[in-house]
Amino acid sequence: MKSAVITFPGSNCDRDMHVALSKFGFKNKMVWHNDNELPKSDLVVLPGGFSYGDYLRCGSMASKSKIMQSVINFAKSGGLVMGICNGFQILVETGLVPGVLLRNKYLEFICKNVFVKIDNKDNQYFKNLDKDVFEFHIAHNEGNYFCTNDQLKEIDDNNQVAIYYCNNDGNTDEKYNPNGSLNNIAGIFNKEKNVLGMMPHPERMIDKSLSGEDGSFFFKNLLNNIK
Amino acid sequence: MEVNEQIAIDHGLKKEEYKKICDLLKRVPNLTELGIFSAMWNEHCSYKSSRLHLKKLPTSGKKVIQGPGENAGVIDIEDGDAIVFKIESHNHPSFIEPYQGAATGVGGIMRDVFTMGARPIANLNSIHFGSSQHKKTKNLLRGVVHGIGGYGNCMGVPTIAGQTSFDSSYNGNILVNAMTLGLVKKNKIFYSKAAGLNKPVIYVGSKTGRDGIHGASMASASFDEKIEEKKPTVQVGDPFTEKLLLEACLELMAGDSIIAIQDMGAAGLTSSSIEMASKGNLGIELNLNKVPCRESKMTPYEIMLSESQERMLIVLENGKEDLAKKIFDKWDLDFAIIGKTTNSKNIDLFYDEKQVASIPINTLVENSPMYDRKWKKTKLPKKNLVKKEEFKKFKIKEVLNKILSNPNVCSKEWIWQQYDHTVMGDTIQKPGGDSGVVRVHGTDKAVAATVDSSAIYCWAHPLTGGKQVVCESWRNLISVGATPIAITNCLNFGSPEKEENMGEFVECVQGIGEACEYLKFPVVSGNVSFYNQTKEIGIKPTPSIGGVGLIKDYKQMITMDFKEIDNLVLIIGKTEGHIDQSLFARNILNEKNGPPPEINLFNEKNNGETILQLIKNNLIRSAHDVSVGGIITAVSKMCIKGNIGIEFDKPKYFMSEIEYLFSEDQGRYVIEIEPKNLKKVESILNKNSVHFDKFGRITDKNMIINEKTKVTIDELKAYNTNWLSNYMN
Repeated sequence: MKSAVITFPGSNCDRDMHVALSKFGFKNKMVWHNDNELPKSDLVVLPGGFSYGDYLRCGSMASKSKIMQSVINFAKSGGLVMGICNGFQILVETGLVPGVLLRNKYLEFICKNVFVKIDNKDNQYFKNLDKDVFEFHIAHNEGNYFCTNDQLKEIDDNNQVAIYYCNNDGNTDEKYNPNGSLNNIAGIFNKEKNVLGMMPHPERMIDKSLSGEDGSFFFKNLLNNIK
Repeated sequence: MEVNEQIAIDHGLKKEEYKKICDLLKRVPNLTELGIFSAMWNEHCSYKSSRLHLKKLPTSGKKVIQGPGENAGVIDIEDGDAIVFKIESHNHPSFIEPYQGAATGVGGIMRDVFTMGARPIANLNSIHFGSSQHKKTKNLLRGVVHGIGGYGNCMGVPTIAGQTSFDSSYNGNILVNAMTLGLVKKNKIFYSKAAGLNKPVIYVGSKTGRDGIHGASMASASFDEKIEEKKPTVQVGDPFTEKLLLEACLELMAGDSIIAIQDMGAAGLTSSSIEMASKGNLGIELNLNKVPCRESKMTPYEIMLSESQERMLIVLENGKEDLAKKIFDKWDLDFAIIGKTTNSKNIDLFYDEKQVASIPINTLVENSPMYDRKWKKTKLPKKNLVKKEEFKKFKIKEVLNKILSNPNVCSKEWIWQQYDHTVMGDTIQKPGGDSGVVRVHGTDKAVAATVDSSAIYCWAHPLTGGKQVVCESWRNLISVGATPIAITNCLNFGSPEKEENMGEFVECVQGIGEACEYLKFPVVSGNVSFYNQTKEIGIKPTPSIGGVGLIKDYKQMITMDFKEIDNLVLIIGKTEGHIDQSLFARNILNEKNGPPPEINLFNEKNNGETILQLIKNNLIRSAHDVSVGGIITAVSKMCIKGNIGIEFDKPKYFMSEIEYLFSEDQGRYVIEIEPKNLKKVESILNKNSVHFDKFGRITDKNMIINEKTKVTIDELKAYNTNWLSNYMN
């Protein structure tokens, strides 16, 4: 399976994502933001980091990069596009997924392990996952998901919430919300569910010597689903 | 403007220094030249008060590839890999403007490391604030933490360890020391020594602005009430540009275009150009009209003295200009050919086709002032005699609560959770342990790093304190299973012009030197920060030591969390009950006098090497060194991290329980072993003549101190974790 990771100026999780995809069997290519064309890919990833230093507004400048037109076309033709952290911020700026990401509720960068609930499995990303609660890792300053009431209704009607913050039992109570996100939302799909934006970094959880190994389940399963 | 003595004094130069300049030049310097002298001759750049003493430090060893004198030190970690590392202070700017001061400190030290061709793989920091009661402390702490995070997180380099302390001596002068480790191939290290004539001198990175002019001079002066006026001398950081600069430099370094490279740090274009020429025994000629400037009409004086960040100076091979320019264009960075190397041995500056400065380089470097300052020896204070009965009035549980929630012991999670410590996907020991540990990407090796300081001990007796900090660093590396290799030091002191402060410096350096020599733990890089004082009051002497060690197989790394019920806990090293200068003495007895605990370098080395031997034989499940707060504090932290309890054995020692549990004797570790391995462990310890006490057994949810005293793990957690977040929120 072929994947492509886009490097924007200031991306800094691009290598980590490349390592993770390669480890689980993707043939990955790194793509420069100023290129015009995507290589032939089964999955395109917008990695985490600080594209353009997060100056102006997170993700806004990267969303206007040259390569993004191809990414948008690829997504609109049904291709799988996944944005992690800064990649999620870029996705909301393109409008491929609804909503915005505000500064964290306590106005501080948060780097820690969190539990997330994934029970929306009728899609290429999560189908066949054999559990619902995962330990992932977050590292962000602007992960506080927000949208209008109308958008929220549409999101709920279309079952677009991909991931919720929760505790180790899958309880999605407000007190397990690390950053103030609306309804504990940690990740969201587009209507067709081929575009996924999420704040947690599964690529940092691919080895038991690291923060944990739940990212490995995610990547292995993703590869099998795409095959 | 005609230069005269008063103008020189306004530049921070002394009368006699100004006279020396005129003598060396055989004329009166113009203003630009005076500015250059003041930048090169200030304490920060010239080490004029410290050079004499720093020479005594051991700086070589089998694993040392590059010692002090370059942008950073370099050590060999085998298989063709090397680690480049250094610590540096950014104290004065951080007090004036905490966010930018701390941020640019982090940016500056990362530049020192990637200038040498190394990709930064870990950041650490040592930060010290005034009393928690002081009105400025909270804002300074918040600003510094945000600044460190803001820069390091954006660069995508994990912040893996650090140290934070509070003491009223920092009320008017906080300390911010930043350390970076980088990874490089041994045969691809870049140095700052220029070579060859007529080689193009290239300026890359950000444009030059008016920020930070005289930053290094400001860092070489004491604070007074007008300090807020110095805000404009603090540089403004742009981590995004630095990230681009990092990637562009590493891309250019992959080829063979670079002869020498130097970042523009303190004293900006002045010190970078002069250092490269000086090391190559060459001259350098710069056309200042070619320097990319952010503002219009900048004068040669301003261009030479600006400390705008994120800039590099490169001496290129002839003919490589186009290739280099293409790389910097790709990363949207400025690139300008601003001069060339010459055989004049002068620095010659031109502006609007006129020569605006011409100074022999040796007058700026070799002939810079060096002082043998007067200093005062500190006597070893007398021991306090505390009557044994006095200890009986204390309830252990209450004391433990006070100690674990003390600002200098409590959990610093509120701080390090704001630093990205997992980016790059190789962090295998996060902040909060004895050392941070990152894997060497794609190998089985890992590098451990720690940063430590013990201002209280150094203040009580600088010679002992100097030794102690080095030993603490050594122990923190051993505790995670790393073989200590070398250190970097950041020496934060008051005014060298005061005999007491100078004495603290001289004796701390002597102590550091003795310990480094004995432990074969050389100093490969560092920085001196004097004048950490407001008006007449200096800070407590605070040498920060950054230690680095190697773990050959990262799967053998040790963490401090207690692992398994029924395992046995031993205390390695002898407990003598030294209470003076302990947290217990200072905060519970309110006794601030007395000597710090003694350092026995033989025991230190022997105990440490024995622990490594036990780890190598897979006999240790968890380990933690005993430091501030004594055995019970160390054990409490191991319980909290492991979420598991311990039952103490019935005491067999001949001192009070308080003395045994809270004393701060040195050279000690707590280790957890499996009962089936006890014989083997005892045999190794006995063979190496290492003193040990059987201390306890791991249980489920309680710390059972004696028949009457029990503390639950939840209570321990509450004592330890709440103080800082409550204080900040």
